[in-house]
Amino acid sequence: MRITQGCFSFLPDLDDVQISNQVEYCLNNDWAIGIEFTHDPHPRNTYWEMWGNPMFDLHDPKGVMMELDECRKAHGDAYIRINAFDDERGIESVKMSFIVNRPATEPRIHMQRTDHVDRAQKYAWDVRP
Amino acid sequence: MTDETETPRPDTVDLAAELEASGVREVLDELDRELIGLAPVKQRIRETAALLLVDKARRDLGLQVETPTLHMSFTGNPGTGKTTVARMMAGLLHRLGYVRKGHLVSVTRDDLVGQYIGHTAPKTKEVLKKAMGGVLFIDEAYYLYKPDNERDYGQEAIEILLQVMENNRDDLVVIMAGYADRMDRFFSANPGFRSRIAHHIDFPDYSDGELLHIAETMLEAQNYRLDEGARQAMVEYVALRRSQPHFANARSIRNALDRARLRQANRLFNEAKGPIDAAALSTITEPDIRTSRVFRGGLDVDRLNRKEAAE
Repeated sequence: MRITQGCFSFLPDLDDVQISNQVEYCLNNDWAIGIEFTHDPHPRNTYWEMWGNPMFDLHDPKGVMMELDECRKAHGDAYIRINAFDDERGIESVKMSFIVNRPATEPRIHMQRTDHVDRAQKYAWDVRP
Repeated sequence: MTDETETPRPDTVDLAAELEASGVREVLDELDRELIGLAPVKQRIRETAALLLVDKARRDLGLQVETPTLHMSFTGNPGTGKTTVARMMAGLLHRLGYVRKGHLVSVTRDDLVGQYIGHTAPKTKEVLKKAMGGVLFIDEAYYLYKPDNERDYGQEAIEILLQVMENNRDDLVVIMAGYADRMDRFFSANPGFRSRIAHHIDFPDYSDGELLHIAETMLEAQNYRLDEGARQAMVEYVALRRSQPHFANARSIRNALDRARLRQANRLFNEAKGPIDAAALSTITEPDIRTSRVFRGGLDVDRLNRKEAAE
């Protein structure tokens, strides 16, 4: 099942030129770029692993693309996303995030329904291969 | 993106118009205006600019597809303007469209080489990422290579640099700078660099007249001026300073002027008995320069060394 998180996830996957252009846009806004990856794309999983430190002092998207290539080489079967962090006072959070790599076969998100006290229903979701 | 491929290629190129449109002329004018002396350097840069402009025109006509090798080496003594010229070169390359952003990242061995195993590669890559789309200026590049220590981590930085200089020619331009003789030794020990560097530019030392001119330009920029006696003292200062150790051309002059301003301020404090006018505040007089240690044979440590050597 196709995971949809962050920007552009309902569009076809971005190619490298498009990713590069998006990164350029982020750098023009003085946002710092971080690359993160995970094997657990559950929407509640906010703890993706960092690929190196966030890059605060780049001028050109090529630096990000080099890191992304390295990360793909090491974790080609993982979800990889690019986060753009705005360090402006009062904002200080991620302003843009988009997925740039997906595993060949994506896991599906399975819904589990259970009965609870007084005929109540409880729902839970988990990621299954 | 699609528009570019659809526009038909032009049949002719107007080089003069291209020169105006690219803004290269501004950089060349700035070079002429702001740098005193350095005639051979200016000549070489003008030639390089012409070559790159023609290359660009050829690319526009579809005659050339390969990016030319643009890595350079600047050799010359300290204080001869290598960093300043590198910054202008970055602007030039940016305007000609050979680098995308045109910023200059200036580094030395410390910024590239790590302190323990496995520290060098990430450090060098970090610097390279920063320099992407611009110019990487490696000052005193020969310190990267230490022939007496084969386990030196500098070698690792050199290998990464060589790889990037080859594979990312479109993304960044590397300029290596340092003393001429040591750079020569560095290049002969690392033939990989020699073959990847297309432009060697040699920076000559400034003449005494040029250094005096530089001194006056520096003072003018800070709204100071030399009076007649001070000017004469400066002429003698330049000639004397050159023969003493650690002479660094324009940098020595800048330091000398900083110290002269210090002495001037002190003098004004001690002598002033009433209000001082702007002229007094901005005039450097003969004693401000004459009290320099240069007129008494240089730094004490250096004099001591020379005496020991003589004995």
